[in-house]
Amino acid sequence: MTVSSSTPTARPSGEYRPSKAMGSTADLLDTRVGVAKAVKFIGRKIFPEHWSFLLGEIALWSFVVLILTGIFLTMFFDPSMAHTTYPEDAMPATHQGMEMSVAYESTVLMSWEVKGGLLMRQMHHWAALLFVAAIVVHMFRIFFTGAFRKPREINWLVGFTLLILSLLAGFSGYSLPDDVLSGNGLRIADGVAKSIPIIGSYVSYGLFGGEFPGEHIIPRLFTVHILLIPAAIVALVTVHLILMVVHKHTQYPGVGRTDNNVVGYPAFPVYAAKMAGFFLIVFGFIALMGATMSINNVWNYGPYDPSPVSAGAQPDWYMLFLEGALRLMPGWEVVIAGYTLSLNILIPGVIVPGLLFTFLAVYPFLEAAATKDQREHHVLDRPRNVPVRTALGVAYLGAFGVTVLAGANDLIATHFELSINDITWFFRIAFFVLPVVLFIATKRICLGLQRRDRELALHGHETGRVVQLPDGAFMEVHKPLTDEERWLLVAHEAQRPIEVGPATDRRGVDRPGYRADRIRHRISRFFYEDRVEPVTPAELAAAAHHGHGPETDGHPEEPHEIHGGSMEVTRPEAAADEQVEQPPSGGSIATLARGEKG
Amino acid sequence: MKALAASRRSRFAPALLVLLALILTGAMYAAFAPQPAEAAAGDATEDVEAGQELFRTNCATCHGLNGEGTDVAPSLIGVGAASVDFQMATGRMPMRNNSPQAEAGPPQFDAEQISQVAAYVASLGPGPAIPSEEMVDPATGDPANGLALFRTNCAMCHNAVGAGGALSEGKHAPALWDSTPTEIYEAMLTGPQSMPVFNEANISPEGKRDVIAYLMEVREPTPGGVSLGSLGPVSEGLWVWIIGIGGLIGAAIWIGAKSS
Amino acid sequence: MSTEQHVAPAEAQEPELFENPGTEEHRERLGDVDPRYAKANERLIALILAVSALASIGSIVAYVALPLEDLWSVRNSTLFLGLGLGIGMLGIGVAAIHWAKTLMSNVEYVEERHPQRSDDEPRAVAADMMKHGVEDSGIGRRPLLKGAALGAVALAPLPYVVPLVANLGGDWNVGAFRHTLWGETPEEYSGRLPDGSLGRRLARDPEDTPIRATDVTNGSVFHVIPHGLNEHEHFYEEKAKAVVLMVRLDPDLLHEPEEKADWSYNGIVAYSKICTHVGCPVALYEQQTHHLLCPCHQSTFDMTDQAKVVFGPAKRPLPQLPIAVDDEGYLVARADFDEPIGPSYWERLQ
Repeated sequence: MTVSSSTPTARPSGEYRPSKAMGSTADLLDTRVGVAKAVKFIGRKIFPEHWSFLLGEIALWSFVVLILTGIFLTMFFDPSMAHTTYPEDAMPATHQGMEMSVAYESTVLMSWEVKGGLLMRQMHHWAALLFVAAIVVHMFRIFFTGAFRKPREINWLVGFTLLILSLLAGFSGYSLPDDVLSGNGLRIADGVAKSIPIIGSYVSYGLFGGEFPGEHIIPRLFTVHILLIPAAIVALVTVHLILMVVHKHTQYPGVGRTDNNVVGYPAFPVYAAKMAGFFLIVFGFIALMGATMSINNVWNYGPYDPSPVSAGAQPDWYMLFLEGALRLMPGWEVVIAGYTLSLNILIPGVIVPGLLFTFLAVYPFLEAAATKDQREHHVLDRPRNVPVRTALGVAYLGAFGVTVLAGANDLIATHFELSINDITWFFRIAFFVLPVVLFIATKRICLGLQRRDRELALHGHETGRVVQLPDGAFMEVHKPLTDEERWLLVAHEAQRPIEVGPATDRRGVDRPGYRADRIRHRISRFFYEDRVEPVTPAELAAAAHHGHGPETDGHPEEPHEIHGGSMEVTRPEAAADEQVEQPPSGGSIATLARGEKG
Repeated sequence: MKALAASRRSRFAPALLVLLALILTGAMYAAFAPQPAEAAAGDATEDVEAGQELFRTNCATCHGLNGEGTDVAPSLIGVGAASVDFQMATGRMPMRNNSPQAEAGPPQFDAEQISQVAAYVASLGPGPAIPSEEMVDPATGDPANGLALFRTNCAMCHNAVGAGGALSEGKHAPALWDSTPTEIYEAMLTGPQSMPVFNEANISPEGKRDVIAYLMEVREPTPGGVSLGSLGPVSEGLWVWIIGIGGLIGAAIWIGAKSS
Repeated sequence: MSTEQHVAPAEAQEPELFENPGTEEHRERLGDVDPRYAKANERLIALILAVSALASIGSIVAYVALPLEDLWSVRNSTLFLGLGLGIGMLGIGVAAIHWAKTLMSNVEYVEERHPQRSDDEPRAVAADMMKHGVEDSGIGRRPLLKGAALGAVALAPLPYVVPLVANLGGDWNVGAFRHTLWGETPEEYSGRLPDGSLGRRLARDPEDTPIRATDVTNGSVFHVIPHGLNEHEHFYEEKAKAVVLMVRLDPDLLHEPEEKADWSYNGIVAYSKICTHVGCPVALYEQQTHHLLCPCHQSTFDMTDQAKVVFGPAKRPLPQLPIAVDDEGYLVARADFDEPIGPSYWERLQ
């Protein structure tokens, strides 16, 4: 049985007449709202299969769990900062008779006196950590496979916004119990707010409705956390999914998969079952985590009071990058005309994250500027085939990782018996050095993998069997690739740096747009100058001819590499490291010199 | 002869030689090393004398012949029996190696010897005494007041439930999971190394007992499952990535895999 | 490319790029070929669903049967309710996935993609519609209306936004940051200084009991609040500004400028406990180095030298509380801090 090449719609059989209960329900709906059209659109829609397409679903289902467990919590949580005294006869013993806010008391009572309350609280918190983690993993899958390219740039921005919203949801959520740990986090937020130039003290006063801590912040965060942010997330997730359905899902390169089709399984029943199943698996997994792993035991910290603080004072993991940035920054503060500018807070808290997040948001457009390719892309990239993008992503993760680890520097110090001061200095330097190192290393690794792919495509698999030819020479037998295997190695297109038009037109008048063209040329060169192009049929035929066929090819050919904007190709006989100098910049026209030694 | 010559050139020969040398050295040390002086238990004067002997042998090099202190170690005049009991019972003293701070470990002397040294040091000058059983009994302490005192005075170094924390330059406030009530009392009272002194006017004896009651209370298992070290959000974040994301990616791989 | 030299001229020219071989052959699963395997899978799925059902019921049984009396019962209740919920959900999920993988048809289909860009005809119609709509509205011929509409629309949200934002700050008394309770000296919480003035007594945190100078021995650290704080109406707000850390050092170690010589007492110094970085309580006092370490971002202050910063992201030293002893031997504050405590803000020095 071969793959069906037509869309699996209902078998053509004339007008559909409903007969049983389900049929009459369908008829009821269709005659009132025309559901048949919707069913036709989505019912047997094809979605491609790969495990990495499920990462966004982890986030989606975690969000559903957050809503469901959150509803439970709202039934027992009281977001009031009014003062109260903990009952003398309630658990835990360490809290009996203690002064605290109503919000904190309701949290602790919910955990100790409501059956399933602690379970729900723990599930909610684990789900929150998982939600953000899944968004990050999903986002980087999108990044490394180039799924943000046209037509999905808008969806990338929607997803980016969802990331920011998830951070805000988490921050507002874990601050609600009003305990010492999250309360100190709010104090830090207040300090950061105060550092904003000109309006800082007003932002602080406005947020807290007075001096810190005031009586308004918890109820305000409650509204943000259960109404404003979830509404925004639900709206954006809906847009996100609609766009995914309208664009159809991307697919990995493979035989039969092109930019003009999608190969996979139909929505109903396969993906309906898989999505429902994965939802239940995520739910169940979170429930098991909530049942067996303690998280956020606020009674260990006690109700918020401005005086105590615990060692190991960190926010939840997804805020650690800010925490680490604050820890790494040296104490720079300037006074301008009697006014204080706290660079030691603004740089790590506002400027650096602002730059990094902006880079992430605009990346699709940055990369699009590097190529003249305006087509839609639905086949994903293998990360090795886009070395600069992959290297940028790894470098970015390196910088992010340094700040996250820096946020945990005191735990690293105690666990590895190091000096916290040394760790801080190490990370200060690593923040700048590590991304550069990672960029260079990753790019080289990708190019190396591509060269290996070329080898494989040209010569087939090494079998390790060595045969002796009649003339006495020894050759290793290579097993030729199947069509499927070869396709995977050669399916991608070669990306070349875009050319720059002349600086002036024929009459010597400066050409408008030349400046922009030059910038685009530079960006393009940054991305595509160093590259390894995929094997072409001509090269494969030549390899077969040159080496008496792929089976008996003894010595590897020099890989065909291109360095520089002009098309100088290193020939097999040439020295391995011969490289061509880039023609002096200044708007020279780079020509494709096929068949020429440039 | 050939066999011996051959084995001399064996690649294991150097390792074997080193092993033999070590065994020989160890045996010689065991045979000839001086034993710590042992004194019979006696009355207070005898204790002080015995303690002085032990002190001269094991402590005077750093702390001075009469406990007056040297460049490398502080004076012990006035530190009291409580100080000595704490430092020696937790194995911190005699200090084992050069590290940012003296680390706890197996005690190097038995209880009798420690009380003798303590008696001697106490005789050098008045200082805090070893607390009585009643003073450190957690059953009579109030864990709620203990929480209030602990979180204001102690949690910033030792962590909210005593899981330990970092200080500057490689020092750390140790975890308190294994500390005995007496050790906790003595540490508060005497302020060992970086730890400040919490004298009886700062935290009263009842307050100290409440702190002990609190610390015993938090040793109970956490109601929500495994405690993950009680280290806070960082460890929670670590485990959500390892178990949560790791496990669910595993599930995703299973879901996406073709069935046979 | 140079490979042309290797291609024999008689050979047919190769295409420029490889062609997609087309989707692979469909491979049957064991269950498709042999109904016994399918049946076995079906039974497995049913078994998993049965386990799930049992777990869900077990959870309800646990809910009813397990009371919340002590630590262990809370632990068990959480565990069993969660296991029941978790296995109940997981079971159905695993069963559904296994069903999809083994029993549902695994024939792959190919669906055509259509470009996102609309065809020329709908684009032309859409453009035309917009053009007609704009013409019908008449806005093109009435620039005055354009400006007026924009102006009015820009202002219209203000009656909603302004009250919302302006009320958030209550009385907007940001000047309140500058003053702490140490500057207030009600009789019952203060002591009399030699010059006759009153000073707010220093009290232990959290008990609020006044501290005598003789209580503070060398190497001690006291966490301090203004006496009477516990009775204050705005307890948290005042505490958030007024908390102080007090230590006693050997006076020989103290570096004090002349004008602040009477801010300490016999080696007893008191500094604001609110970090000048972003406001955490700076509380880790290292007795031997006399350094005060903030646990949040590791700002380190030297208590022997005006609490100046020796490491970390803070810039300014901790404000010092000037202290003295009153006529009954209790420590009192001579005056409030001479600068706003805590993190910097724009108009701090004004």
